[in-house]
Amino acid sequence: MSLKILVPIKRVVDYNVKVRVKADNSGVDLANVKMSMNPFDEIAVEEAVRLKEAGVAAEVVAVTCGVTACQETLRAAMAMGADRAILVETDVELQPLAVAKLLKAVCEKEQPGLVVCGKQAIDDDANQTGQMLAALQGWPQATFASKVVIADSKATVTREVDGGLETIAVTLPAVISTDLRLNEPRYATLPNIMKAKKKPLDVLAAASLGVDIAPRLATRSVNEPPKRSAGIRVGDVAQLVDKLKNEAKVI
Amino acid sequence: MSILVIAEHDNATLKASTRNTLTAALKLGSTVEVLVAGHNCQAAAQAAAVLAGVAKVKVADAASLAEGFAENLAALVVSMAAGYTHILAPATTYGKNFLPRVAALLDVAQISEISAVVDANTFIRPIYAGNALATVESSDGVKVITVRTTAFDAATDGGSAGIESVGAPADLGCTSLVGRELSVSERPELGAAKVIVSGGRGLGNGDNYQQVLAPLADKLGAALGASRAAVDAGFVPNDYQVGQTGKVVAPQLYIAIGISGAIQHLAGMKDSKVIVAINKDADAPIFQVADYGLVGDLFEVVPQLTAAL
Repeated sequence: MSLKILVPIKRVVDYNVKVRVKADNSGVDLANVKMSMNPFDEIAVEEAVRLKEAGVAAEVVAVTCGVTACQETLRAAMAMGADRAILVETDVELQPLAVAKLLKAVCEKEQPGLVVCGKQAIDDDANQTGQMLAALQGWPQATFASKVVIADSKATVTREVDGGLETIAVTLPAVISTDLRLNEPRYATLPNIMKAKKKPLDVLAAASLGVDIAPRLATRSVNEPPKRSAGIRVGDVAQLVDKLKNEAKVI
Repeated sequence: MSILVIAEHDNATLKASTRNTLTAALKLGSTVEVLVAGHNCQAAAQAAAVLAGVAKVKVADAASLAEGFAENLAALVVSMAAGYTHILAPATTYGKNFLPRVAALLDVAQISEISAVVDANTFIRPIYAGNALATVESSDGVKVITVRTTAFDAATDGGSAGIESVGAPADLGCTSLVGRELSVSERPELGAAKVIVSGGRGLGNGDNYQQVLAPLADKLGAALGASRAAVDAGFVPNDYQVGQTGKVVAPQLYIAIGISGAIQHLAGMKDSKVIVAINKDADAPIFQVADYGLVGDLFEVVPQLTAAL
């Protein structure tokens, strides 16, 4: 099978970092903060690499849009097993619609048979890009995937929906977005990290793709959420029940 | 100009999320219409028509809309988008699935999971799993919005809107249903429950989870939830998960049992009205957000609590 899988990934603040809002409320403080691949995108890379290892896919291409430093994230994807990578380079603040348009331009060049992406990035929590790309391409989508089977030019995908699971079949090409339980991403081994340094990484200027990537939403301020203060310790169950009944009045 | 709310329903009944989304819409303007798209969905349309504040219900009834697939639903919404200033859907897996397609096809941004309305163009939304709140202003002609359901009260009944049919676009035919495995439970839905009993890795295994927590949940008429650690350890299915990567909940009472309180869990429950934590580790971070903390062995304390209620 000659299926080519495109895996869009995003460089985000590492999920273990406790982000802090800047004192001037203009955003969160990203200075000297550890950056990593978005966890849902790691799951997407893993799934694509497994499909290649299973003989279902022929090639896995990782792609990201953003600043020069995103090359590190692409190298990480190649260390996991992606064959090559593309950076659509720009310093412009990218919002999901802009990323979807850039990815559409990449899809037109690369003609993948399947796109596998993370369901959302853990920085802006937008959960939009995969669905937007599918819509712009006129493709079907299977979001929040917990199981993927590719056969007969179709993807059969089990989706994690509110209240349970839903399994759908979509025609290819399609966009699949990954949920947490699809797989457990591998750690890159040292030899594979070394090998990844030699894999091809193409850089395209975003401006050369001829799409409008101007932000549509302006951030007016970013604030800390209201702090919840610790309450009291109760000594035993009787005291707890009394408090819930007579003080909080919730039971 | 009016505002369009896309109802979440199962053709027979409206989901509670529709009521919360309507409340958000009514903060934006007074003329709110509701779209019920489905198949044999007259009952859901009737339920939408009696919601207080709804000016009109539009019903698109077609076999191609029966399963609520994103492709056909988005095409329908785009076909009728002209004339609306705002298009809203709940930020549930239903709304999150199709609404970005609508935004992309209309060439506008989507404003995801708003938790407050500042004005008709400006909204507050959580970012970084709720560790920061961004105030964003849209310059697009039509605002396409998903609504964090726990941040808005449920709209009540009391209206009597007219119901009008709209045509559905041609079936795109790219998606078919293979099957659904929906959790069948006597308990309330996690996202809409007034009381949630939630368990973590402290329960030890799935049998303990059920034996210790289910009787308490039954007494309280509560939904059961879990931390990601408990889900990852296989105690319960993923749809129990409360947290950044699971469901965001805000019940009247949230009882966290054997849950340490990882940032990712707190992100999903810290807007609950009253939080109770039961944990044997007195230093567990969950106590920093709990209104009432009880340090003790959950295997002793929880059955006592169940018996005392």
